Amino acid sequence: MSVNIEHADEIKRHAWDSEAYPIGRPVPTAYSRPWSGLQSAWDILLKLMSHPGAVVGGFVILAYVICAVFAPYIAPYSPDEVSLTERFLAPALTGLHPFGTDQLGRDMLSRVIYGARVSILVGVLTIAISMAVGVGLGLVAGYYQGTFDKIMSRFTDLLLAFPYLIFVIGMMSVLGPGFWNLILALCFKGWVEFYRLARAEVMSQKTCEYVEAARALGRSDASIMISEILPNIIHSILVLGTLRMGNMIVTESSLSFLGLGVPPRIPAWGSMVSDGRRYMLNAWWVATLPGLALVILVLAINLVGEGLRDVLDPKLQEGQ
Amino acid sequence: MTRTQVQVIERILAAVPIMLGVVIFTFLFMRMIPGDPVDIMMGEAGGVTLEEMDFLRAQFDLDKPLPVQLARYLGRLVQGDMGYSIQRARPVKEVILEAVPATIELALFSLLFALIVGIPLGIASARRQNSLVDRVGMTVSFLGISMPAFWLGIIGIIVFSLRLGWLPTSGRITYGMEPAAITGLLTLDAVITGDTQALKDALRHLALPAITLGAGVAAVVARVTRSSMLEALKTDYVLFAKAKGVPEMVVVVRHALRNALIPTVTVVGLQIGTLLGGNMIVETIFGWPGLGRIVVDAIFSRDYPLVQAAVMVYALTFVVINLATDILYTYLNPKMTL
Repeated sequence: MSVNIEHADEIKRHAWDSEAYPIGRPVPTAYSRPWSGLQSAWDILLKLMSHPGAVVGGFVILAYVICAVFAPYIAPYSPDEVSLTERFLAPALTGLHPFGTDQLGRDMLSRVIYGARVSILVGVLTIAISMAVGVGLGLVAGYYQGTFDKIMSRFTDLLLAFPYLIFVIGMMSVLGPGFWNLILALCFKGWVEFYRLARAEVMSQKTCEYVEAARALGRSDASIMISEILPNIIHSILVLGTLRMGNMIVTESSLSFLGLGVPPRIPAWGSMVSDGRRYMLNAWWVATLPGLALVILVLAINLVGEGLRDVLDPKLQEGQ
Repeated sequence: MTRTQVQVIERILAAVPIMLGVVIFTFLFMRMIPGDPVDIMMGEAGGVTLEEMDFLRAQFDLDKPLPVQLARYLGRLVQGDMGYSIQRARPVKEVILEAVPATIELALFSLLFALIVGIPLGIASARRQNSLVDRVGMTVSFLGISMPAFWLGIIGIIVFSLRLGWLPTSGRITYGMEPAAITGLLTLDAVITGDTQALKDALRHLALPAITLGAGVAAVVARVTRSSMLEALKTDYVLFAKAKGVPEMVVVVRHALRNALIPTVTVVGLQIGTLLGGNMIVETIFGWPGLGRIVVDAIFSRDYPLVQAAVMVYALTFVVINLATDILYTYLNPKMTL
């Protein structure tokens, strides 16, 4: 942590003590080096290591990411390889098809492995875009307030009037199925929460002395926002981002389940479950195993999210 | 007028522009679809002359500039005219009104399930923090939060309908057993008419969909109740009541729970959004003849007037419920300002 002993008094006055701001939070004095990011990322990782749930979750996520990235090398078959003589083979963990085969004789394990690609890509992309847009606009709105802030607040109120899934379903019905349409639909409302959080945090930080000091030193508004305020609010934003990533992945699968997500030719867990519904009586594995893969991934992400929250932002409470 | 009443009225007035915004937003959004409704309608029918299409466009105001279209649309909406369903060849209002009771019934039972399971679970966990009950309860609710409704529903069907044969896989009631229609809520109608067979049958049909839809909400309710109960149990008045020798159950229910329920009410209000969204999924899985299933059907048949009206109805319901939650909250907690 880049605590500068010379300014210890000032640090105390801001109550930037280690209890309220546990670890890694760069000490916000106008003199502290902005973005001591790398070091604090290391601190966070160390702290997370003592959180058993987060460690388990982290390893599970790592395994999924490896599966998604190296799917062609890991999957025993091609996900589209049809074999009509091998339809509905039951799962046999030691056999040729550990997860069984589906109605076209395709290997379920390979399809589930390939399905991880869409889910992880959608989760990462939508959160990255929503975060960038929401935090960017939130910084500006919270820093300047005024007319822009008022207009944005009305607009976000409007977006929040729609239940999330309904909004996305309505939007997909207009846009039609497609990977980028899906990303657009999910992000169209996804940024609002990040915007609100960033805006509120900026407004509370704006009056702090370190911002005043930076201003007195003649730093530009943009530089104050990006290298002074942002490092101080990034932790709660990261926590929110992790906790929302699971939601995004579930929403994507729900849309694919309804046939409104990615096009059917791309293997996605939601559409696999939907396909399997017709064969539930005789071939339970077609509908359930892709869903199980999804549940485990979402559980793992939420475990890491809760761990991050405990480590970084104990103030963030349940249900907010 | 008291301060609370003024606040409530202010809050209601503030909701009006949002509702208007919702209507305009859905209207404009549906206009982004390539091709207009007449193209879509005629694409299905075929063999129509250009003159006839122009006539139809004039009928639907599609030949006029957008602001005029919007103004006329709002005008008709105020009179209760929500447009005409292309696929069903009926007024949208009729289609929606027909489906709403099924959706309301499912939502009510899901909410009931969520509260009956969530609140006691939260209390039990809070009373014995870090005990086995607490750990199991919180693990289950953590699972509940991460579980997508469509998967839970399918597991439910496979286990309880197909394997064990205890519950039906789809529909609201066995054909021919419907009670006399009074409210449209089958369970309520069965109670009113005293038809126990129909009531039993309707409840059997409701069980799986209601649990599937309510599970996520139950999990959230349990977690929120637990954390607010933990706080309430530490307050001075609870300690005092205990010291005075008031029996523990009375302290928990009368003193702590009352205050702990305030955050639960807020969260339930917010979770209504999840119930409304999830109902599309759950109704699709269980063949439940409600609004959610109609929307999904309408999307695939490109019946945009119906989709537009239904999305609007969902959003307006959400706004109204949030408003109601806020108002309830003011009465529960007079200190709080809206």
